[in-house]
This record gives sequence, structure tokens and C-alpha cells, in this order.
Amino acid sequence: MIRSAGLICCLLAAPAAADEIWVTNEKDDTVSVISIDTLEVIATYPTGERPRGITFSKDYSVVYICASDSDAVQVMDPATGEILHDLPSGEDPEQFVLHPNDRHLYIANEDDAITTVVDTQTRQVIAQIDVGVEPEGMAISPDGTIAITTSETTNMAHWIDTETQELFANTLVDSRPRHAEFVHDGAQMWVSSEIGGTITVFDTSDQSEIGKIDFEVPGVHRDRVQPVGFEFSADERTAFVALGPSNHIAVVNTETLEVKDYILVGRRVWHMAFNADKSLLFTTNGVSGDVTVIDVANRTALKSIDVGRFPWGAAFRPTQ
Amino acid sequence: MAKGTYLALFTCLFFGVAAHAEVNLNIGYLSGRPPQPPTLSNLDPIPEDLGLAGAQTGLEDNITTGRFLGHGYELTATTVQDGTDPVAAAAEMLAVTPFILIDAPADVMLAIADLPQARDATLFNVSSGDIALRDDQCRANLLHTLPSDAMRTDALAQFFLFRRWTDLVMIAGVHPQDVAYAAAMRRSLAKFGLGLEGEKTWDFEADMRRSASQEVPLFTQSLGDYDVMILADELHDFGRYVLYNTWQARPVAGSEGLTAVTWSPVIEQWGAAQLQGRFSERHAREMLSVDYAAWAAIRTIGEAVTRTDSADPQVLRDYILSEDFELPGFKGRPLTYRDWNGQLRQPIAIAHPRALVAQAPLEGFLHQVNELDTLGLDRPESNCEVFE
Repeated sequence: MIRSAGLICCLLAAPAAADEIWVTNEKDDTVSVISIDTLEVIATYPTGERPRGITFSKDYSVVYICASDSDAVQVMDPATGEILHDLPSGEDPEQFVLHPNDRHLYIANEDDAITTVVDTQTRQVIAQIDVGVEPEGMAISPDGTIAITTSETTNMAHWIDTETQELFANTLVDSRPRHAEFVHDGAQMWVSSEIGGTITVFDTSDQSEIGKIDFEVPGVHRDRVQPVGFEFSADERTAFVALGPSNHIAVVNTETLEVKDYILVGRRVWHMAFNADKSLLFTTNGVSGDVTVIDVANRTALKSIDVGRFPWGAAFRPTQ
Repeated sequence: MAKGTYLALFTCLFFGVAAHAEVNLNIGYLSGRPPQPPTLSNLDPIPEDLGLAGAQTGLEDNITTGRFLGHGYELTATTVQDGTDPVAAAAEMLAVTPFILIDAPADVMLAIADLPQARDATLFNVSSGDIALRDDQCRANLLHTLPSDAMRTDALAQFFLFRRWTDLVMIAGVHPQDVAYAAAMRRSLAKFGLGLEGEKTWDFEADMRRSASQEVPLFTQSLGDYDVMILADELHDFGRYVLYNTWQARPVAGSEGLTAVTWSPVIEQWGAAQLQGRFSERHAREMLSVDYAAWAAIRTIGEAVTRTDSADPQVLRDYILSEDFELPGFKGRPLTYRDWNGQLRQPIAIAHPRALVAQAPLEGFLHQVNELDTLGLDRPESNCEVFE
């Protein structure tokens, strides 16, 4: 308790304008902007219908928002909250990832079993790639050569060659894959499976399975332990995994793939974002309509922040 | 009315890789649904493609997945018309495929399962909630993707207890399905320590569209006061006219009002919005329970083929009944098969026509192995022995 209080004091004493966490509210058609200094919502901006995926351009000058039920990716000015324009996105964009070239967005079209590639400068669709049923999780390798789409009902990770915009591998994972990330300079690719209750770790070089992470939250039936979003600590030695309706975040050693700890957060935890130095982690809790702030070093929840209804995606915006 | 059997072959899109398919599976769909007796209202006709539409959506899901693996799927559908023998049609179909989804009454299903040609088949019951099929009348070659009546009535009983609605009355119709539902409800109430304070049978011949507001208050007056009125009206004959016309101002549950169902258009959580959207775009109507059961059966086969890379009936059946099998069924939990009677374990939606109210099993109903087994016949409750 004392330690947490001390941490908040430090934060309050931090200099200059506050960095922000942006959260999409799936059932409010808004984004909430949280000040990392005060841990309070400082702005709420309207978006298109059912906003889910959210990501900033590399220079943070614009923010991209998947407005799923508006069938558009919206481009917003983060300084004002004004929607600048929509990008063509294909139907029902759920989640996306921005290529390291800062130009190409790879978008999962959940209703159409398609991944759409959009050039954010020309605002043109440059490719559409057939993938499995209900594509959702999106990742891109740090060198930009490989994009990943996971499909929830087909239960695969689809490996896309970003040069040709074609699939070069399809790997099975456990039921209902939701999120994918590259780690260790792209040497590994991780996929969470919500219903399977696992994370599968792939060797990127040959798409072989290196290992699998299982979760066991004390007092929660394994069926309700459903990994969704996850992120890595600054040194990549630790992964934080949102476990959905078990209302916990798992802390995973990325070397041994063992779970070291579970942190209680809000109800049905989906996705997350770190602050600048990755000392704080912000999780979106869909059912309880709030964001939990986690002290990463101490692995404790510091605070809950009320946002809109069904918060889904989260993204960090530096302002300094 | 055309007599005889007609065979409709639904070809599927193979996305280019069919020529290289290592595994190619044909799945049968047999519709032997007898004509429904007349009901008081014609407001909700039963869709002609009930069940088959769900199977088609499941098939398309399988095909999309299969094209990445060189697995192809086809559906062969047969609708048995009045006066022809569904068992003979099934025998014909068994010459083509050992995997058949059956939409037919329980006695027909048993006759098909008992055919010598069906001995090594895997049949899926997608339409009958008959408890006996999961109990002493079970068959080793017959799996059930539709929940038993007992699973649905157990779900409601849990909800009554959860809400502390313990003073219950029931009105039951006289059709066999109504009688079976009423029996299942009595059994469920006893299982959860509840009971009925009053019961009446609906055997009127009156047309309630004209007189519900006069007849129902009088008919229900003698039941006195209670917390909830349960209706056993599985053909949806009189029940819709009972709501808001009861003598006491109390909620109605069972076959109307608050219902416990396999699937409902109001389910949108757990990614269900995507399945609902996919289905209604393809079939221009809402997805119903039998559609869901057929979808789940086709996806069960697809999931087994995907994971085993085999079309061998024995390999697939063993995998489906194993601990490794799990079906993501848009109900928030993995769906698996009970290895004692072939019933697909699944949460049950407790819903009214406009919203999902709760999902059973409800919190607090515990089980030593799997909470889903608080619904329906648990291992010690089932007299099915042929799966052991």
C-alpha cells in the first residue's frame, strides 16, 4: 500500500505535459483519453460505430481507429479529437497493425475472411488477402517482412509475405486465436488462443512451434481462463497476458514460458498498453467498463479508471 | 405434394486447392421432420431450411479452413416428404457417407441408428431434446449437438433458484413434446430442491386470438398466487396468449416468456455477433436452435478433420470423444462431448425475445469436474452404457 502511494506521488511530481493512454469504447462509440500523470480521463471523443483496434502513426501525429460497424478505419487528430478522414478498410475491420514503413495498415476484416492492406497516404487498398474465418489478431515483424493474421474460427496463424502480399504459411493453433505479437527482434511469434486457453510460441524462421503456455488461475475453472491481448516488458523477459473472464493478468517468464504471477484486474480483461518507460500497464476491462492501472515492478493493481462502455483497445501517446 | 425422396446435392466452393485435397469428406443431412400440428397463430412459420441452413454455414466455415490444409467438404442433403420412409432414405445415404446429421423424431433416429449399415457410422441428432436418447435409449453411434430437454429445464431451474423464485406453477399442453417438456421440468425442479405449487393442462379448442383476454385470466385464477408461471407449450400453440393475460401479475417462463434455449438471435457476446451476421447474410433470416445444432455438428466434424488430418470415421469419432477435442461455439467456453452419452456439453442461454438474461450454468452451481455438467444428465444420472 505504502509503496503504491509513493509511486503515485512520484508520478504527480513528474515534469511537463502528461503522456496519455487512449482507449476505444466498443459500445459507446468513443475513445477515452487518460492522463498518465493524474490517472484520470481528460477527454472523450466520438468515433464511428463499434471502435475496437487503435494505433498511432510512428510520429504520433494521427491515430487510426477501427470503427468496425462503420466499415472504416478512421484517422483522428489526437490533438483535437477531430476525425480527419476515413480510410477504406474492407468490411468490419476489427484489429490492425501498422507496417514499420509507417504507411501500410494491415487490417483484419472479421466478417469477410480477408486481410486488407491499405496505403494510408494514397488512401487506396493495395491488397486483399484471403485468410481463415473471422480474422482478428494482427502482427508485423520488426523488419516488416512478415505480417500475421490469426483467424478465430479457422484457428490458424496466417503468415503473409509483405513483399508479395501472399500467404506463405498457415499454422494451426488452439481454439479461437485472438492476438499475435513478434518478440526478440522478430525471432519468435506468439499467438493467444482464447477458448484453447493457451499461447503458442513459434520460431519465426521456420514457423515451427517452440512451446505452449498454459494458465491456471487459482479458484477459476480452466474454461474461464481465456488469454486475449498480451504485451512484453521493456527487456522482453516478461510477458503480461490478459486472461478475459478470469479477470486476471498473467505474468509470464518469456525464457521458461512459465507463469510467475497473476494480478487481479477488472472484469473481462481484453487488451493493454504501457506508459513510456513501461513502469505502468493499463488494461481494458470490457465488462466492468474500466481500465486497471498496474504497477509493473510490484505487479500490483494501483487504480481503476472508469471509461466508456466495453473498453476494448488501448494505445500509448507520448506528449513530450 | 410430391411423394418420394428427392436428393439435393450442395456443391461447395473449393478455393482452388480441391485438386490437391488429401482429405475429402462428404457429410449427409437428412430431414425427416413430420408436419407440425396446427397452432393458434401463424405468426412464426417454421423456416423450410431450418437446420440445413446452419449445416451450410458450418460447411462454409469448414471449407474456408480446409483450403489451407487441403481438406475438402461436401454436404449431401435429403428431405423426406410425407409418406415416404426416412429410414430407407437414411440407408441410401449411409452408402454414400458414414457422417449424417439427422433432423427427425426420436423413434426415427433410433431406427436409423439401429440399421446394420449404421454400425460404424457417426450420426448427429440435431433436432430432438428427448431425454431417453441420452439415457437408456442411447446409441453409441448417435451424438447429440442439440441440448436435451433436461439441460434446458435444468437451466431454468437454476435461474429460478438464483432469483429465489421458488413458488412455481405450470400449465402444460397435450402434445407429446409438451408432455415431455413438463416431465423434464418436474424432474429439474426436484433436482434443485424446487417443486410445483399448482399445475393445469391446456386442452382447449378455443381460438385464443379472439378470446385470450377473457379466457386466460379465468383459467389462471385458480392457480392462486405464485412467483413464476411455467408454460410447457413446445409447439408454441397457446403460450404466446398467456403473457400479460394471467390473473396474477407475474412473469411467465418455460416455452414462452423467459426461455432456456440452445441458441437465440439475441446472443451477441463471445463473438456470436459474427456467427449471427454470417448466418443471416447467407440465409436472410435469424439463426435458430436447430440451425445452431447443425452448425455445431458440421463444425465438430471439421474440427476433428483439421486436428487429425484424417477422414477415417474411427479416427474422427475417437478424437471427437477424447479430451483433446474442443469446439469454439460462440458460447464463451469450449464445447466438448460427454463421453458417457455423446451429448455436446454447452452453456444454455436464458433469454427473452429481446435480450439474453443469463447464461446457465449460473454462478454458484458447482460441479466436481465441469460446471457444464450441472445441466442435463450427469455421468451418474445417465443410464447410458454403450459409450463405456
